[in-house]
Amino acid sequence: MATRRQFIRISAMGAGAVMAGAAGLRLLASELTDGQKATMAALTGRTPTYCEVCFWKCAGWVYKDERGSIQKIIGNNEDLNCNGRLCPRGTGGVGMYHDEDRLRKPLIRTDDRGTQSFREATWEEAFDYIAEKIKVISAEHGPECVALFTHGSGGKYFSTLLRALGSPHVAAPSYAQCRGPREVAFQATFGEALESPEPLDIRDTRCLVLIGSHLGENMHNGQVQEMSDAIDKGATIITVDPRFSTAAGKSKYWLPIKPATDLALLLAWINVIITEELYDRPYVEKYTYGFEYLKEHVKNMTPEWAYGITTIDPTVIRETAREMANASPAVIVHPGRHVTWYGDDTQRLRAVAILNALLGSWGRRGGFFRTETFELPEPPHPAYPTPKRSWRTEFPDLYKMADTVLANGVCDATVPDPTRACEFQAWIVNGTNLMETLPNQENTLKAIQALQLLVVVDTMPMEITGWADVVLPECTYLERYDDLRVGPHRKPQIALRAPAAEPLYDTKPAFYMARELAKRLGVIEYFPFETMEEQLDWQLKQVGSSLEEMKKIGVKTIDRPYDDLYFYPDEDVEFYTGTGKIELYSLAMEEAGYDPLPKYTRHEEPPEGYYRLNYGRAPMHTFSRTANNPNLTDLMEENSVWVNPRVAKEWGLSTGQYVHLMNQDGKRSEFPIKVRVTERIRWDSVYMVHGFGHQEKKLRRSYGKGASDTNLITRVLVDPIMGGTGMRGNFVTFITDLAGEEVVS
Amino acid sequence: MNEELIISGRENLMVDPQLHIWHWPIPLYLFLGGLAAGVLFFAALYYLMGKENEYRSAVRRVPFIAPIALVIGLAALFYDLRHKAFFWQLYTTIRLESPMSWGAWTLLVITTASFIWCALHIREFFPNWDWKYNWLKELETFFNKYKKHLAWVMLIFAIITGVYTGILLSAFNARPLWNTSVLGPLFLASGLSAGAATIVLASKNREERLLFTKIDLVILGVELFLIVHMFMGFLASTQVQIEAAGLFLGGEYTMVFWIFVVMLGIIIPGILDLMELRGRHIPAVIPGILVLFGSLMFRFVFVFAGQVSRWLY
Amino acid sequence: MRYAMAIDTKKCVGCSDCVVACQTENNVPIGFCRDWVVEVMDGTYPQLEIELRSERCNQCENPPCVRCCPTGASHVAEGGIVLVKPNKCIGCGACIASCPYDARYPHPKGYVDKCTFCIHRVKEGMKPACVAVCPTKCMYFGDLDDPNSDVSVVLKKRKYKTLIPEAGTKPHLYFLI
Repeated sequence: MATRRQFIRISAMGAGAVMAGAAGLRLLASELTDGQKATMAALTGRTPTYCEVCFWKCAGWVYKDERGSIQKIIGNNEDLNCNGRLCPRGTGGVGMYHDEDRLRKPLIRTDDRGTQSFREATWEEAFDYIAEKIKVISAEHGPECVALFTHGSGGKYFSTLLRALGSPHVAAPSYAQCRGPREVAFQATFGEALESPEPLDIRDTRCLVLIGSHLGENMHNGQVQEMSDAIDKGATIITVDPRFSTAAGKSKYWLPIKPATDLALLLAWINVIITEELYDRPYVEKYTYGFEYLKEHVKNMTPEWAYGITTIDPTVIRETAREMANASPAVIVHPGRHVTWYGDDTQRLRAVAILNALLGSWGRRGGFFRTETFELPEPPHPAYPTPKRSWRTEFPDLYKMADTVLANGVCDATVPDPTRACEFQAWIVNGTNLMETLPNQENTLKAIQALQLLVVVDTMPMEITGWADVVLPECTYLERYDDLRVGPHRKPQIALRAPAAEPLYDTKPAFYMARELAKRLGVIEYFPFETMEEQLDWQLKQVGSSLEEMKKIGVKTIDRPYDDLYFYPDEDVEFYTGTGKIELYSLAMEEAGYDPLPKYTRHEEPPEGYYRLNYGRAPMHTFSRTANNPNLTDLMEENSVWVNPRVAKEWGLSTGQYVHLMNQDGKRSEFPIKVRVTERIRWDSVYMVHGFGHQEKKLRRSYGKGASDTNLITRVLVDPIMGGTGMRGNFVTFITDLAGEEVVS
Repeated sequence: MNEELIISGRENLMVDPQLHIWHWPIPLYLFLGGLAAGVLFFAALYYLMGKENEYRSAVRRVPFIAPIALVIGLAALFYDLRHKAFFWQLYTTIRLESPMSWGAWTLLVITTASFIWCALHIREFFPNWDWKYNWLKELETFFNKYKKHLAWVMLIFAIITGVYTGILLSAFNARPLWNTSVLGPLFLASGLSAGAATIVLASKNREERLLFTKIDLVILGVELFLIVHMFMGFLASTQVQIEAAGLFLGGEYTMVFWIFVVMLGIIIPGILDLMELRGRHIPAVIPGILVLFGSLMFRFVFVFAGQVSRWLY
Repeated sequence: MRYAMAIDTKKCVGCSDCVVACQTENNVPIGFCRDWVVEVMDGTYPQLEIELRSERCNQCENPPCVRCCPTGASHVAEGGIVLVKPNKCIGCGACIASCPYDARYPHPKGYVDKCTFCIHRVKEGMKPACVAVCPTKCMYFGDLDDPNSDVSVVLKKRKYKTLIPEAGTKPHLYFLI
């Protein structure tokens, strides 16, 4: 790669370059603007980090200008997650540091929850307050009634704290609000979940099938990079999406499917591949179980049958199936990531897994590779106490296949219910804006109002902070050490996050917070090291490295012990399923009382005058987290609602006009949203990017800009298999009369 | 359906959503510069034709407007600069390809010339003016001796001042509305007619007034011809030019252009001038003010509309 | 030596990383940008086509902005790159009006600013910040006069276009189509 060559040349030039650069600087000085002069000065002296803006955790280098202010963040060339190139959010991470709206001091609530009345407190006050409450709750109800919601590096420390206290309730919304159904489906089929980043060999694939995945608008850095590589190599992309996504624009086939009918298409594909005998026969015979059942099951699910449901031409269904099979085994039916759509998502992902299995892509080049990770020694601590209760006891017959704590489960189990033995009493929320994350905001608020203690740890005054009892201001990832990133990838890597600057204002890292709480709660022995620096150095020395070395290189690659990225020909692979094989027919699901093979079920369609609310991502934002970031709002400061021209004509809407949206339950959007009339969206749906419509006034840049889709997701289609909250079952209509309302601009 | 949009949120001040980098100071200067050019042109011309006593206003009195207009105009230009501390860089070089560079130097010359010319005729207003210092008296003598040369310089540089602003705008191929070579002569004509109108307004001599009314009428006719010619040129040109012309043929500037600039600024004063020449006595104020107003509006409309016209989305 | 850039519209996903990277590299003030991304949509659902372009100053060979500059602040530097000397710029704005691509903007400090092809990086053997960061690697930069440079190689392989060629500016920004 060109950048690698350039990079090596520079590091080889070393001191000479600095001197030559300085001389050149003087010559150039009259030509340079102030900004460029600062950049030249900053070419030396960089700090390694890995990004915290989204979950991808790309490793990079932080550069500061001559005044010591953080100037820019560049990718680490050795990092397999990003290959030296950060995505726009990562590049814009500097904005997270510079955002003037950041939380600055610990806050303690002074009035009723939700009135936003806080007083500034010292860290000691805040910790004492929290510790006292937790002690009381533990004594009265048990430590299991304290739950943690987390999305980010800080979760590790609060999780240690909770487990040390005896609570197993660590919930990541990224499970049941996002990838949960996929993990369960792939676990049931292949015996292992997909994790992050997904082990997709996109750069070597010959056919990439995106079903509801909008790579390029969702910025899964490594995957977008590899998709570009695949395009270079002439790979075929097949996109299935009711919307003309960016990926659809690069696809050989775009299937403009009717929303909520994807499962029918998948089953029809399976039908074609089995009927026309296009599947990888030796692979299927050697590695799979239940082929005959599957064959029988899809017997009548022909493309003609699917045509009636999906509106996709049967010829196209056959052609695309053949295209996939032709590329086999270098084909990927992308499992997507946010797959909580209609409530039958686990079954839909089962169909995706089955299809991949038939095509023989699992464990093969251009399909799914085998990840390798690395074990880092944990700091020595006593064994965790066994919790006496878990959330499962509150939902005995539901979500049997969920294998982690459900965020919505915890939320539901917080809302007082006389039939229940106990409720959650305290929440610690770190790095996730629950108001925008969990659908059905009303339910979330009910739960919050019932809590005895709500602690929110965040860098920004997100909506959830307004409801807290105690707000603990976290410093950004650029101002702290954190656990080493040890992620599974083609080769195991360790990445270091070191602080590039001192924490601004009175902010602190989550490690410090958890540790201080542990002190007061009598579980300090679970935090043997006083600082992360000490812990990191200890850990690294255990594996033959050191903090010193990692600071210089940022990322350390460890060789795979075996050359087993893909299956060897004829390898006797054992899968972690009941049968030891890839279960096309899932015995585990059958045992738990669910359908062992996916069945298509019809989902509700929008009533007259309503349109299905589809939401997605923009590549310059992530979650609702970046909506206030100055660098990223510069790129996109509000979302718009995409409306098909036929619909726009009917309603008299034009691009740039502001409208309110109202859903089927009468819930109106809090703020109006700009219309974009475009052919890219189907006439039965509208589309908007998630993460806008902030209601928190302290977010000065993003308050009132655009509308929040979460606001309008009141109808939640819960997946009975693992509790995933399907969010695409809401329909909206337009309210064009703003009644003199002023639009925030 | 065709959409072409910027999706990275570009909102560069004064560039997005539409170019608006030049505000009122620019058209104000263009008007004042054109007016001064017209006034000084006629002053120099009739001096060189030996008519300085016949047309006292034109040659000796009205030119006093020029330095005032030029100073205000230059102040407006200076005010418009965004990097004011470096304005002097204009005078460290002359760039032959840049009409603005021409303009900077031309303005230097014409402003100086206009001040000198007025200094020479200071006794039109202050009959007992005494220069006091010897070196000033020597300068007066010097310039009086070379008054003809001064007049030639003034004549030529007045024409350059009048025409270069039009050339400056017409050199912007990025702004299709301006990109027509008719604009130079049109600006000159507009400036000359403003000058002539001012002379008619200020003159106390009936013959002078009649002459300059005649001159004004001719120039207004030329202006009208050039405007029609310009539009014919646009409509026979490429798509961007047709679109640019569309701004005045149904677009947002239609009313203001045809009513304020053409009707009020050219046609009506033209008719009034004609009537005056045919013997109907029209108070000179009316066509005079209308012409000046039209000249001013013309520059405003053109500078603003020109920034709207573009090649892209 | 003639520097040029080629952008592969088939690979660009419109993520705007190039815009943020340029901002942090060159201290472009918040609210302004030296480069931007354009989306062009054509057709009727479902027969649709999309083109994504990362645009910036075209570093034209026949630059109207250099022609109209009264002080010479706008000039052509080595490699054919068009630069602005901030201390020669008087902020008259003529160059902003003269650019058919709207590539320039008035910097809050008073002078006129635009993309410089990161000449300060190029001189050190690095690529411009936008090219270096692009996750899809769809941007190519190099010397047109060097047949082995990235940009020369890719222009030989692919069909390409420039923007508004009829404006006569002879741009050095190529879009692979």
